[in-house]
Amino acid sequence: MHLTIDGRVVEAVPGQTVLEAARAAGIYIPALCYHPKTGKAGRCRACVVEVEGLRGLKESCALLVKDGMVVRTDTPKVLQTRRMIVELLLSEGHHNCISCQSNADCELQEMAYHLGIERPSYLVESLPTPKDMSSGGIVRDSDKCIQCGRCVVACQHGVVNQVLSFAYRGSHAQVVCDDDQPMGESTCVQCGECVQVCPVGALVLKQPLENKIRPHETTATKVTCPYCGVGCQIDLHTKDNRYAFAMAHEGQWDRQPNKGMLCVKGRFGLDYIDSPDRLRSPLVRKKGKLEKASWDEALDVVAKGLKAIQEKHGPDAVGFFTSAKVSNEENYALQRFGRALIGTNNIDHCARL
Amino acid sequence: MAGLATTLGSGAMTNSMEEVFKSKVLLVIGSNTTWNHPVFGSLLKRAVKQNGVKLIVCDPRRIDLVDFADIWLRHRNGSDVALLSGLQHIILRDNLEAADYIRERTEGFQDYKKSIDFFTPERVQKLSGVPVEDLEAAARLYATAGVGALYYCMGITQHSHGVDNVKSCVNLQLITGNIGVEGGGVNPLRGQNNVQGACDMGGLPNVFTGYQPVTNPAAVEKFSKYWNVPLSDRVGLTLTQMIPECGKKIHAIYILGENPMVSDPNLHHVEESLRKLDLLVVQDIFLTETAKMAHVVLPGVSFAEKLGTFTNTERRVQLSNPAIRPTGNVRQDYEIIADLALRFGQEFPRAPESLFQEIRDLTPSYAGLTYERIREVGIPWPCPTEDHPGTRFLHAGKFARGLALLTPVTYSPPAEETDEEYDLVLSTGRILEHFHTGSMTRRSQILDAAVKNGHVELHPEDAKKRGISDGDMVTVATRRGRIETSAMLTDRVDRGSIFIPFHFAEAAANMLTNDALDPIAKIPEFKVCAARLERIAVAALEQK
Repeated sequence: MHLTIDGRVVEAVPGQTVLEAARAAGIYIPALCYHPKTGKAGRCRACVVEVEGLRGLKESCALLVKDGMVVRTDTPKVLQTRRMIVELLLSEGHHNCISCQSNADCELQEMAYHLGIERPSYLVESLPTPKDMSSGGIVRDSDKCIQCGRCVVACQHGVVNQVLSFAYRGSHAQVVCDDDQPMGESTCVQCGECVQVCPVGALVLKQPLENKIRPHETTATKVTCPYCGVGCQIDLHTKDNRYAFAMAHEGQWDRQPNKGMLCVKGRFGLDYIDSPDRLRSPLVRKKGKLEKASWDEALDVVAKGLKAIQEKHGPDAVGFFTSAKVSNEENYALQRFGRALIGTNNIDHCARL
Repeated sequence: MAGLATTLGSGAMTNSMEEVFKSKVLLVIGSNTTWNHPVFGSLLKRAVKQNGVKLIVCDPRRIDLVDFADIWLRHRNGSDVALLSGLQHIILRDNLEAADYIRERTEGFQDYKKSIDFFTPERVQKLSGVPVEDLEAAARLYATAGVGALYYCMGITQHSHGVDNVKSCVNLQLITGNIGVEGGGVNPLRGQNNVQGACDMGGLPNVFTGYQPVTNPAAVEKFSKYWNVPLSDRVGLTLTQMIPECGKKIHAIYILGENPMVSDPNLHHVEESLRKLDLLVVQDIFLTETAKMAHVVLPGVSFAEKLGTFTNTERRVQLSNPAIRPTGNVRQDYEIIADLALRFGQEFPRAPESLFQEIRDLTPSYAGLTYERIREVGIPWPCPTEDHPGTRFLHAGKFARGLALLTPVTYSPPAEETDEEYDLVLSTGRILEHFHTGSMTRRSQILDAAVKNGHVELHPEDAKKRGISDGDMVTVATRRGRIETSAMLTDRVDRGSIFIPFHFAEAAANMLTNDALDPIAKIPEFKVCAARLERIAVAALEQK
């Protein structure tokens, strides 16, 4: 089916929302409460559009496409409404892009940019609220929270860890952990899904914040998590050839095994790759002590040793432990080496352990 | 995997993780899913909360998943065969089994049925500690709710009768008609990111890649031809068999990325054995406890520095990309092996994709996979041709071995039971924040800060009897060794039971565990042994 958005004919599939169809066609419609993983929420109204034949403004995140629909995302009424929404959001709390960890990775900032808002028109004086630094991996800054509710939906219904919820009423409403505990003292298991979906800088990772690395400076590479067998697809963010932080890979997230989620190990447990304990040279035991050696020396010791034992005791005097941690290609190579060049089937790994 | 392979003809998770949303009822046994496979735990919880899928949890510990369960069966450690067979007894007694399915797709029903007669609810209550009413309710729910999936983990396999446990799981799924259907299956959750791949790649003493037996002359010929060398058709030794043979039959061991010094049972014995080797080579990224004993240590690279495929627990082959360049005098792991091969006169491929091509050439289930196809989204094997979409669930219509085998089972108690001296049941496992031998997680700042030291989970009543408070230092002793650790008072464990995470080398749980092996799978009994626990007197601590 087809619809027209801002004069462009756009293809759509039944069941899609206007927002999804527009984004698929590369047309910018902001959305603060909607996220593909948490679904429509109808809270922020940032995604409003005008539709021919329908009265008033419509939330495009909740509006299903119809064949022949004519949609406008850029009418004065739409833009004025969006501007007011952003103005009001910016008036509350303390949104300071200069020092924000999410600078250049912020959906509110992007929206303000698109609308040409250079500085907020309304200023509501309020005392800053201290950041919640109690958690090992996550920093909560309620001054930057726009109460979109993504994190609450993600925590309650996505990862089902059931820690975050809304508490208090009216202008006092806020996102809390359990019965308003500091995050580090709550039942939070630090999966980081809330950070993953937060559109602003209200929930950020502590490690890059402390290391002064902001998301726009990093390169993301899709890797498979080295921990359990779920095989989560991770965007490993690096800067200057070093680990920066990890986010779940969200490309085609609904077809990936982890559906765009991670656990505490995948989220925070990858910095070991830069550990000073990493081996940086081959070692050979000399006079009882392991000492640095060249590759040629080390490999020669191994080859000579294996050959000597193979000759003296036969091939079955050698055993190989392949690894549940290395790639298929490397497992294949080692068992080929053991079987074809040593001549033994003494090949196993720690699957039983 | 031996239990799965003999009964179904293929040793892998039969169904995919996302199928939990297609199930009507789930039975989770011996898997602390939310700690060990947390992301899948989230999918499970989501299926229960949002799709109304029923959940039965069988676990001696009050794991987090219990809060989401319709029924929780708290059976004694090591009584899994009794429990699972008890459920089957009730299903058969009440004619709730899938009779057509049993007739059309299985064999061995009569012998199997006879063995199940033994497991009356009353007897199972005695053996497992689960009340008859709960057994009846669980059996009825499982057999009548609709398509059911069974998930298990090391709580089923790490026993001296682990293969019997697995067979009991398979039997339950066969008589309820739940194998070869969407949303069903027998699903062992794999604990490491490439255990499945290591098995698929022939990292086993009895098979080449793709489970082609080394005892099959046709397979031997095929691989001999491809590699251009004669090959042995003798089944090799398993890891747990090789260790005690060190200095006897085994004189050299080459270890790639494993740390048996922490992960193996009865560590004193492992250390002694490895010392008897003429040559111990360890290829790893850290100087692990095992690497410290090596004659030669070869530094490889971490997952973040390599290109290659990893096969997840649901058989999905995924491509992982290099995110950082290796630093220091290290080499890619496949390069190291190729460098060695060269010293034995053979040229091995020096690019991951060329190695993958060899895998495809030799392995029918991987033949249709290419790097290009799996670049963004992985594909589950079997995938025999390049236009094949991959296989989400196995055994649709037909089993790998034709008809599935219903196997008779017998109950045997754990290899070691409690007595007056060793009065507590000790079980080991992982915690949420740490992984395996801790060589990675304990070098991660946040995870290390989250849980710095080992502990023992102890029931408050058992603690009270011994005058122990939360955080007190205690000794835990078994017939094999003793460790010192701190007590964590929690009713997660039942009275009379304790649990120790095995990540911590300085208080290594595997100093205590029993190296009694399952006779077929050679898997050690990590999940149950007899232990004694005592408070360390303050004076003794001060003396240190």
